[in-house]
Amino acid sequence: MDIDSALLARDLGAGLATIGVAGAGVGIGNLFGSFVSAVGRNPAVRDRVFRDVLLGFALTEAVALYALVIALIILFA
Amino acid sequence: MAQEQAIDALGQFKLTTGLGGLGRVSEFTNSNEMMLLAAVIVVALFVVALRRRALVPGRLQGLAELTYEFVHQMVLDTIGPEGVRFFPFVFTLFAFILLGNVLGLFPYFFAFTSHIAITGALAVFVFLLSTAVGFWYHGIGFLKFFSPPGVPVWLLPLLIPIEVVSYASRPISLSVRLFANMTAGHVMWEVFAGFMLLLVASMGAVGAVASIIPLGLNVALAALEFLVAVLQAYVFAVLTCLYLHDAIHMH
Repeated sequence: MDIDSALLARDLGAGLATIGVAGAGVGIGNLFGSFVSAVGRNPAVRDRVFRDVLLGFALTEAVALYALVIALIILFA
Repeated sequence: MAQEQAIDALGQFKLTTGLGGLGRVSEFTNSNEMMLLAAVIVVALFVVALRRRALVPGRLQGLAELTYEFVHQMVLDTIGPEGVRFFPFVFTLFAFILLGNVLGLFPYFFAFTSHIAITGALAVFVFLLSTAVGFWYHGIGFLKFFSPPGVPVWLLPLLIPIEVVSYASRPISLSVRLFANMTAGHVMWEVFAGFMLLLVASMGAVGAVASIIPLGLNVALAALEFLVAVLQAYVFAVLTCLYLHDAIHMH
């Protein structure tokens, strides 16, 4: 079986591009961890803080999707 | 075998002509159809809901008033009292993107916000508007926006290019965020649905039972996608407000 090295390199590159998702994982974990500890200290602010948490969640998740877009560009473009 | 049954995850974003023969002549695509539908739904909702102007709102009027007040409060909180003149713009943007995201979640409907051309056009318009507003309010002094106060002079040659690049990359991040979120959601749905077909094709009856797992994942993803659809419309609107706030107040 012969392997097309260009295709192999492309798939490897796309796989490597998804490493960036790890950073977003740390970010989202950090975000919700901080939220839990903040609500633990002061349960009254839960609703107000949660709005900001959702905004932060959306912004952090977008970073993971940038990595995904790069992977898709490598694969299909 | 895997090659023949590869999942065509991006096929759902293909543009086709809509409206039959008329659409083929005028190049009216399914994306345009959905945009028109979203705009008509927003206008119709507000015309119908606010026609009676009841003192005690019914359900439909309540929905319209809640949406209006939500965005109004967001504009007030983020831009400040002088930002109310931008409220119609922000509300139109929010309603259009929200309807586009949510309509795209229904089966056989087309998600027009999953095309970078559309989110890019919206983001570039927001960028140009906020820059124009900055120059309108501050004249040429708006260029001071790129040199933050309280920075030593010798650092400025380094800092100003960084500020300019970060300002210029705003439309890119704004458009890619919305486009990537919607595309990724739809691709994930398609991939998990494809797993079900692959399971049945490769393992027969056992695979059919096992395909309950990807089906369950798809149901969970549907909930997440509804959250993301609303959240991304909100994020787009909030970031528009933040950029306008920067333009009006200079940091």
